[in-house]
Amino acid sequence: MELICPAGTPAAFREAVDAGADAVYCGFRDETNARNFPGLNFSRQELGEAITYARRKGTQTFIALNTFMRAGHEDLWYQAARDAVRLGADALILADFGLMAHVAETYPEQRLHVSVQASASNPDAVNFLVEAFGARRVVLPRTLTISDIARLARQIRCEIEVFVFGGLCVMAEGRCSLSSYATGKSPNMNGVCSPASHVRYRQDGGELVSELGAYTINRFPREEAAGYPTLCKGRFDIADARGYAFEDPVSLDVMDQIDALREAGVSALKIEGRQRGKAYVAEVVSTLRKALDAKPEDRRALLARLRLLSEGQRTTAGAYEKRWR
Amino acid sequence: MEFPPSLAAPLAVVPIPVVEAAVRLMFRSLLKRHPALFERLGEHKGKRYGFRPVDLPLVFLVEPARPAVSVMRKPADVAADAVVEGPLFLLLALLEGRSDADALFFSRALTVTGDMEAMLALRNALDGCEIDLPRDLGASAGALAPLVSRAAEAIRRRALAGENAAWN
Amino acid sequence: MNAAKPTLTLGPVLYLWEGEKWRDFYFRIADEAPVDDVVIGETVCSKRLHFTDPCFPPVIERLEAAGKRIVFSTLALVTLERESQYVRSLVADSPYPVEANDLSALALLEGEPHWIGPLVNVYNATTARLLARRGATSICLPPELPASSIAEIVSATPGIAFELLAFGRMPLAISARCAHARAKGHIKDNCQFVCKEDPDGLPVKTLDRQSFLAVNGVQTVSFTCQALLAELKDLLACGVHRFRLSPQDCDMVAVARLYDDVLQGRLDPEEGISLLRQIYPAAPLSNGFHHGQEGAAWVARARNIGHGAST
Repeated sequence: MELICPAGTPAAFREAVDAGADAVYCGFRDETNARNFPGLNFSRQELGEAITYARRKGTQTFIALNTFMRAGHEDLWYQAARDAVRLGADALILADFGLMAHVAETYPEQRLHVSVQASASNPDAVNFLVEAFGARRVVLPRTLTISDIARLARQIRCEIEVFVFGGLCVMAEGRCSLSSYATGKSPNMNGVCSPASHVRYRQDGGELVSELGAYTINRFPREEAAGYPTLCKGRFDIADARGYAFEDPVSLDVMDQIDALREAGVSALKIEGRQRGKAYVAEVVSTLRKALDAKPEDRRALLARLRLLSEGQRTTAGAYEKRWR
Repeated sequence: MEFPPSLAAPLAVVPIPVVEAAVRLMFRSLLKRHPALFERLGEHKGKRYGFRPVDLPLVFLVEPARPAVSVMRKPADVAADAVVEGPLFLLLALLEGRSDADALFFSRALTVTGDMEAMLALRNALDGCEIDLPRDLGASAGALAPLVSRAAEAIRRRALAGENAAWN
Repeated sequence: MNAAKPTLTLGPVLYLWEGEKWRDFYFRIADEAPVDDVVIGETVCSKRLHFTDPCFPPVIERLEAAGKRIVFSTLALVTLERESQYVRSLVADSPYPVEANDLSALALLEGEPHWIGPLVNVYNATTARLLARRGATSICLPPELPASSIAEIVSATPGIAFELLAFGRMPLAISARCAHARAKGHIKDNCQFVCKEDPDGLPVKTLDRQSFLAVNGVQTVSFTCQALLAELKDLLACGVHRFRLSPQDCDMVAVARLYDDVLQGRLDPEEGISLLRQIYPAAPLSNGFHHGQEGAAWVARARNIGHGAST
């Protein structure tokens, strides 16, 4: 199985390559990708240099163009596709089927991957994208169990890539407008979720209050570590209960299921985190690389080290385990 | 880790122009080595960034658009769009990209006030450079050399210990 | 297409209403509501299908007798084998047009006339034209789209009808996990259908007691109710002629009459807005997405038009 690693900056890109990534995924510094955060991502020149660096080390580069084209401004996405192809991207990761159609028609040789943002969660959906646009791989939504994945793999005609480590969307990706409901900025249209431009922290008595737009997302007592106000990981009042209504602030970790995923027919394991620092990328990629290459009995010790590194943070297997639902 | 008062105390009496000269020298040498640093800021390049180490009697103001850095003695009120406050070694760790600022920002190790997005842009831009404090600053640190090398050591000891709070 | 007369569509009931309530609701719609099209069928959760199954035949019969055009809705999130089977059989056997709410239905419907629901991501005309070529005759655009995108898509996609959500809580997200069951101490696989206790959604409030969202099984909807009334005239002018009313637990016949009155010019939109607040007092009105702002915002016609995003 391939290891697909995130890079938000050229520095992180080199770290990921050096740490043993089979492929690094990244995006341009604009709204054409779903991690359009300030100070992140690549200029054309930086991407060209990154691809050259990766090639030299036998690593592939995937370019994410995984937002939905803004009506009337499609050229921004078309140009990004053109430049990504010209610079030698090994695959384009796409979500908008208007853009998929454009790429399939204009660059028939270009390898096309279906982004998690496209929400292709069943065989009919995946096979449609394979037939209509020649998709070679699908990144599955984080809504499926491992047995769902195994069943899906038997019925589709392309490779499967799944998220195994890092941030976790609780909602079906590419189908969530919670962020824009509160801030006007969404993953689909602007490439951002719960954007920093709308984040505010304020002290209220002994508590630190985190706000997104006009809404309180969490309140932290003095002794509790504060978190970023990602909307679906906030604390709310619901049905006489107070707590994390959608999901606790946990991250995804299914590395101990590597063998089950391989057996299910998964071709590639994806690490989330283009917004994370290069130190994080280096550590996670090198550890997961070792774990992937190690014998199952040696794996546990390697992964334990990674958990030590994310001290204090709780992890979940998310939808991969049926009970999560 | 708070900065040892024995190292910080002399700064209360060193004249500001002397400190500022050293800081400016470091700033220039940093930019010379990493010319693309402020370009990553995009629309946030015109913002002013304040740094308030809790363990030093000084406040630093960085203006990427000019580019310039200035130093003030506390309790100066800096006219900045975004201010980050915390122990010096964490502020320098931020500079090096050796610890995940996600964790630092959003835990209470560092306190950010003002334009959160601008500060996030700066942290991402810094992370995108490969800054190595002893290499990039050591030679030019002058009066601040002991501070820089002591902080760099602390960062290395603590590397990644703060990697615990995802931001998304 | 531009000369089409404006019509109202009743969207599918998104909430779990028990059989009888559901049946009586549609009987009344058939008899009294000035809607031309009725989209019907479970959209949110496949576990709920058995609640309404027995009521389908009489409801369909009554709607048809009343001259309503019927469209079958499909599931928004299809992951299980039985969900795939359900969508396949619906597409294969439906005597009525089918509305696609996910990519699987979209795939299966190629080549036959069908509708596209608001849960399919149509953000630009390239995508809309692609869907039209595959057989879509009507597209209900996603609630998140601003007016500028709507105008652009409609003008660049001739030969197909466009529809907008004009009334109802906005669908914002869908998950494999059931927050509704979770809130009441269950997991999805043993949910005991607790979502039927909340026929208008279960409110989610912030820790500062701000009304924020509502949970409807695996779906999250806005706490606010989308209300495009003052905007209808401009929308008609730009070529949108169909307006969707998404059922809430209020007098939907009154809602339909109100929208019909505004569309036909019998009622001033501003007056319509204050009447709507009386008909459905449970939720504040919003139209922010349409005006390029946060979805929860209410942009009053008189003042804020053309204003930038508020914070």
